[in-house]
Amino acid sequence: MKSLKESQIHRYEITENAGGGIILHLSGRMDASNAGSLIKSLTPLLKERSPHSLTVDMEKVNFLDDFGVLVLVEVKGIITDIGGQFSLKNISDNLQKMLSLLNFESLTEKIRFTKKRPPGPMIRLGEGTIHVASDLKYLISFIGSVSMALVYVILRPGALRRDDTFLCMQKTGVDALPIVGLINFLLGLIMAFMSSVQLQKFGANIYIASLVSLSMTRELGPIMTAIIVAGRSGSAFAAEIGTMKVSEEVDALFTMGFEPARFLVVPKIIASVVVVPILTLFADLFAIMGGLIVGVTMLNLTASSYMTQTINTLSLFDFYWGVLKSIVFAFIIAWIGCLRGFQVRGGAASVGQAATSAVVSSIFMIIVADSIFAIILCYW
Amino acid sequence: MEKKSIIKVRDLVAGYDDDIILNSISFDVYEGEIFVVLGGSGCGKSTLLKLLIGLMPPISGQVVIDGDDISSCDENTFKRILQKFGVLYQSGALLGSMTVAENVALPVQEYTDLPKKSVDTLVRMKLGLVHLNGYENYLPSEISGGMKKRAGLARAMALNPKILFFDEPSAGLDPITSAGLDNLIIHLNRSLGTTMVIVTHELQSIFAVAHRVIMLDRHTKGIIAEGDPYYLKEHSSNEFVKSFFNRQPEENREQTAFSL
Repeated sequence: MKSLKESQIHRYEITENAGGGIILHLSGRMDASNAGSLIKSLTPLLKERSPHSLTVDMEKVNFLDDFGVLVLVEVKGIITDIGGQFSLKNISDNLQKMLSLLNFESLTEKIRFTKKRPPGPMIRLGEGTIHVASDLKYLISFIGSVSMALVYVILRPGALRRDDTFLCMQKTGVDALPIVGLINFLLGLIMAFMSSVQLQKFGANIYIASLVSLSMTRELGPIMTAIIVAGRSGSAFAAEIGTMKVSEEVDALFTMGFEPARFLVVPKIIASVVVVPILTLFADLFAIMGGLIVGVTMLNLTASSYMTQTINTLSLFDFYWGVLKSIVFAFIIAWIGCLRGFQVRGGAASVGQAATSAVVSSIFMIIVADSIFAIILCYW
Repeated sequence: MEKKSIIKVRDLVAGYDDDIILNSISFDVYEGEIFVVLGGSGCGKSTLLKLLIGLMPPISGQVVIDGDDISSCDENTFKRILQKFGVLYQSGALLGSMTVAENVALPVQEYTDLPKKSVDTLVRMKLGLVHLNGYENYLPSEISGGMKKRAGLARAMALNPKILFFDEPSAGLDPITSAGLDNLIIHLNRSLGTTMVIVTHELQSIFAVAHRVIMLDRHTKGIIAEGDPYYLKEHSSNEFVKSFFNRQPEENREQTAFSL
């Protein structure tokens, strides 16, 4: 039943006139429901016949919308391509209105979308270089404005947005504690377990306590914590500021006389610098606990001997060193997160990019900073 | 001739949590008319629009679009209803990662069997209708607010839906563009018979396009007036309706406040 109805609504008929031209009689409704099939069936037919003239008889067409006009445009395009003459006849007033509304005559001119072509390699190389250079310039000027804002806040502590800072501390620190604790606990567990396989052979079980505590406080504790915070909060900073940028909130702050760097960046940097070292200390503690559990349950060590060995191994310097590192990492995370946020241009997609780039560049910078710390310690 | 109703709203109650915004409202929108929903700020105009297009479920009551109840139908029916209408959102709501042409082509490619080349031509026609020729390859972030809105309209009417919903079409447009949009609305309505449901409080545009209006009120949480805007302007017995159409401050409160 339905197929019969459909064949009725896009019926067409082709007759030849005396001069050898073709007359195409269209009828019924010409709308979105049949434009596609009409174009698909008419195109090969007309190309095969390639008439020197085509007249479209619109007498029986009772409804025409822009999809219908599209069919006419395509047909006319085919005929003019093969050098034929195209004309319309029996157009009612209503149809004519539609045709002139859509500018039928000018539509058939050959204007195709000119997609923006990618430029040549030299141009792209140049553009890339300029892009990197301007990125670098922005990076440096951003350090400048953030430092100015920090100095301003240090000189006038009243200017710090205290509530924002505390809220940010909670989000970056307190909320991250469970995941930081869990990951470092498991890390301590794994490290103790893996090294026990080797150390057991030499009867050096007790040194597992030294190994876990030393490597965690000096190296892995700060790094793991920083990576988790970069993933949790660095991306959040970038997304938050990026969204504010997109919705003109940053502009609003600026015109209200607030320094965006002081308003948005300083609380985040201060909060991160305060909470990340504390998180790192928790990370060390949880890792040592993880090692302790392996030591006690699998290696026949007593809890007290494990703890004594840990305390004997660690010096206060190791803690200071770990905390110092985590302060630098915290600064990097907050700084890069905010920087990427401020670099957002355009819309939603750009915010996503900023969040990704914040995490990737902070992790990269954290590793670079960590290497620098290693070199410093080496030549101390 | 009997007017056929295309949208039926019956005893609709809507709100957020315990906050009732619309209390038991009923009205009809007839096929082929330009129907305007208006009212002061905060009266629930935008909420009503969300209910009509199925973005928000009602607390109780019915919204029937072209024979199907949008609030209680199954998923397949809902998808079918979605193809019957297009929506122009307040700021265009173009997808930011796609060019203007790709935005308009998106529904066309999804729901029709047109060849790729014809889709391009169709998109050009649609953009020509809203006077955006030449902006095919621009990203939404590269064009102005009014252009975004017009591109959004081109996308909303890409499939020539039976019903077009407009959320504040003239907000943020200059008077010339705004008047152009009004003309376009009237023209589309006449040539394609599209039913238009417009949410606005722009008086000039209401008088220019509306066949019939309903007016919502924040205090009664319901419809306080319904009919032809010119008639309501002259003959409404309700003071608030009269002040609205004559663009006067409300008698008892604002007037005293401003005339001091």
